[in-house]
Amino acid sequence: MQSPQSPVVRAAIAAALVLAGTGWFGRSPAGAAAAAFSNDDKTILHVLNRIGFGPRPGDVERVKALGLQRYIDEQLRPERIADPNMPARLGALATLGLSNREIADTYELPQLQARQAHKKDAAQAGDNAPAARDNVDKGRMPDPLQQKANRVVVELSDQKILRAVYSERQLQEVLTDFWFNHFNVDARKGPDRFMLTEYEREVIRPRVLGKFHDLLEADAKSPAMLFYLDNWMSADPNGPHKQPMAAPRVGRGRFGGLMFPPAARPNAQGKNAPKGLNENYGRELMELHTLGVDGGYTQKDVTEVARAFTGWTIQNPRLGGGFRFEPRIHDEGQKIVLGHVIKAGGGERDGEQVLDILAKHPSTARFIATKLVRRFVSDTPPPTLVDRAAARFRETDGDLREVMRTILTSPEFFAPEAYRAKVKTPFEFVASALRATGADIQDATPLVREMQQLGQPLYMCQPPTGYKDTADAWVNTGALVNRMNFSLLLASNKVPRVTVADPSTVNTILGDDVSETTRSTIAKATSAPQMAALTLGAPEFQRR
Amino acid sequence: MLSRRIFLKNGAFAFVSLGFAPSFLARTAFAQGRLGTTTRAKQLIAIFQRGAVDGLSVVVPHGEGEYYRARPSIAIPRPNAGDGAAIDLDGFFGFNPRLQPLKALWDRRELAIVHACGSPDSTRSHFDAQDYMESGTPGVKSTSDGWLNRYLQARKVEAATPFRAVSLTSQLPRMLQGVAPALAVNQIGQFGIRAGQASDMVGASFEAEYAAAADHMLNGTGREAFDAIKMLKVADPSKYQPDNGADYPRSPFGQALKQIAQLTKSNVGLEVAFADVGGWDTHVNQGAGQGQLAGRLDDFSRSIAALVADLGDRMGDTVVLTMSEFGRAVNENGNRGTDHGHGNAMMVMGGGVRGGHVYGKWPGLSVDRRYDGRDLAVTTDFRDVFGEIVVRHLGVNDARSIFPGYAVSPAKFPGLFA
Repeated sequence: MQSPQSPVVRAAIAAALVLAGTGWFGRSPAGAAAAAFSNDDKTILHVLNRIGFGPRPGDVERVKALGLQRYIDEQLRPERIADPNMPARLGALATLGLSNREIADTYELPQLQARQAHKKDAAQAGDNAPAARDNVDKGRMPDPLQQKANRVVVELSDQKILRAVYSERQLQEVLTDFWFNHFNVDARKGPDRFMLTEYEREVIRPRVLGKFHDLLEADAKSPAMLFYLDNWMSADPNGPHKQPMAAPRVGRGRFGGLMFPPAARPNAQGKNAPKGLNENYGRELMELHTLGVDGGYTQKDVTEVARAFTGWTIQNPRLGGGFRFEPRIHDEGQKIVLGHVIKAGGGERDGEQVLDILAKHPSTARFIATKLVRRFVSDTPPPTLVDRAAARFRETDGDLREVMRTILTSPEFFAPEAYRAKVKTPFEFVASALRATGADIQDATPLVREMQQLGQPLYMCQPPTGYKDTADAWVNTGALVNRMNFSLLLASNKVPRVTVADPSTVNTILGDDVSETTRSTIAKATSAPQMAALTLGAPEFQRR
Repeated sequence: MLSRRIFLKNGAFAFVSLGFAPSFLARTAFAQGRLGTTTRAKQLIAIFQRGAVDGLSVVVPHGEGEYYRARPSIAIPRPNAGDGAAIDLDGFFGFNPRLQPLKALWDRRELAIVHACGSPDSTRSHFDAQDYMESGTPGVKSTSDGWLNRYLQARKVEAATPFRAVSLTSQLPRMLQGVAPALAVNQIGQFGIRAGQASDMVGASFEAEYAAAADHMLNGTGREAFDAIKMLKVADPSKYQPDNGADYPRSPFGQALKQIAQLTKSNVGLEVAFADVGGWDTHVNQGAGQGQLAGRLDDFSRSIAALVADLGDRMGDTVVLTMSEFGRAVNENGNRGTDHGHGNAMMVMGGGVRGGHVYGKWPGLSVDRRYDGRDLAVTTDFRDVFGEIVVRHLGVNDARSIFPGYAVSPAKFPGLFA
């Protein structure tokens, strides 16, 4: 096992040695609170690799003309950046703008109907009929309805790649990746595959530079998260209570039997219904979304938080329903969360009070600051910067734009130790390779498949922790070989419907900042595609 | 010198004739014991039956009338009841007839069963239950690594090769994810740099780049990657000749196990191998001695029997473990199938296993003895089975870090090993 620090430090030293004489990054990080920007190519490359998915040909010159300070300011205000190419790039992806309800109507309902019809047939037919499908199971014949339904997640994944490669709002896309991963939901869990389109579009992306509390609350009330961490089924074990309905139900007409039955257990999948409290969301809310595992909560707090969130459920998960508070399964008693008393009878407000307490907690400021610094600066976040980012979080009531500004203008961000300190995730690697080669993506789906091969299937991270953001998770034998092979495929135009017009453009990307061996190896390549592949697959390009 | 003789002796890969032996292989040769001794490293082959196999029709409690009352159309008939009848094991339990290929192992006392085994968590979601079985932390979703990876971390091996842990799957399973290196490779012969005719030249160029990298992490991993590529380049599964007449099915599962045997016999330091096999989610028309489940069991048992035969006396150092996320409901459903249940049967095979016995307390199938009134109850926590294998077979002294939050204790082990 390697210590997490030594290779990073060594790499940074190596990078610094390469840079000796260029005058780059000569300042001490212990200096001024905000760095003065030098406008040299190396600094610009560093920034493009951190607040975006790496440089495209010509980007360094564009940022140089604009000025680095202004570029960073612009990126912190994505709504003001024109993004003229995206509509055309995303135009063919019909599901991107649909709501959960519309997706359910189009994709889920036909499957449910087919399954019911099939069950009826099967019950009548002999022993030779195939079994009902199960999406976890393997080795069956492809089902056209299932394949059609799979398009929803595939289009969402296409979109993620296309935005990372082509959007001018690079920081927003990096942060959307970061915050989706922070509030991770796996598309493979039941109807969540039909909920992530709306989840990312309505909950995550619009709030990545807003107030943390708003993001947290929108997330807590999202059907995607309510389903993923089971809170939709969590009920007061002493319930259901005889109370008037919170709101008039919206009748669907079809599949009425799937709706919330009167005075029965919550809207559950029959056999999978728990009989009471489910602590999953309560636990992960504190461990992963706010305080962090060492944030100072106890098992008692987990239970109390779970009690507070009983009744936060989904109108009808299989049919694309939204958030709903169901008083009949809510635990109306008093709760005590991290020492705060939540009075009995609070109803839906109980959960909101918990979110208030957690969003304001100093452990949350620290936990979020640490994760952001790890993403943007180093696997070993400099404590001085974490302190300042956490302080900024607290004094701005969790204003994520200001926290980001603190990080992106810090001396630590521009310090020599930070240069190429991060190993790219497979997604960052693919996006940066596509940008570096100026690739034209006519269809991103083959790249979605490549992401699976590279070990980071999009929207399919199983645990709620999300994908890891440190090098140890991504540097292994198989992964490196896969990256080299992807480089070869891309550079030689063998990724279907992805075209690299002039692979030699990539050679400007690493600049002069490569080892002598890498330089001479690339120079000896016998063709432009090989040269590009040896650049994209080189050790230097695996870092950012 | 050392490695040369070992490779000549085993001969599965022809490095020596190519004048090449990767650096880690020499280390492995040392790690695997001196020449002339039979000491070899212990090995675990983990097999996941994804989709929740119906343990009650795999290891059939034919001695219990309730089984037949609960399953009027899909029960496996009592032994000696003609076609499709159970194969008796101990007078109470019997094999599904399609497990016939494994019966010889049972008779040789090299196959043990742990019945009514499973998770303390109540979930009947495939997704969550697989997650828990692989993370080894039932009920805790935020565990980022798998228990087999934590085993690799807990028992560090100085001479670990890139092949210490290999999954014959396109993606690394949750069970092997974590900070310890593990390799996922679908087809071992296809692992390498793919650049057509230029593959060797391009591969050499990449190798040179990584060899020169000042970046310690990428440099080291790159070196291991190219060592591994060279080794596997000569591994052509289609040309591989299994020993002892082992006849692997041509199914993906059979081919995965064949490659595990191939890697094992090439002495590249394989310690933990993983394969999975699907098709068990038999909600509709499950069948009995014939039909859907029987067809899957046929592939399953013939593949494992071939592996065991092929490994021959190496099985003395090997344990093959099968598992599935949960069992299926005791009563058949309205579609002659079974719905998601709870307790299940695991199989543990190997030379060191005290086989020929069904372990675990049998809870009974009457409604009042069932979990939630519907499923086989769990009387053995799966962590006690994993724990016993890790401690008594793989030789870990302290398994606490492998199963956090659980008191792994010999007092709770089923007793699979002497």
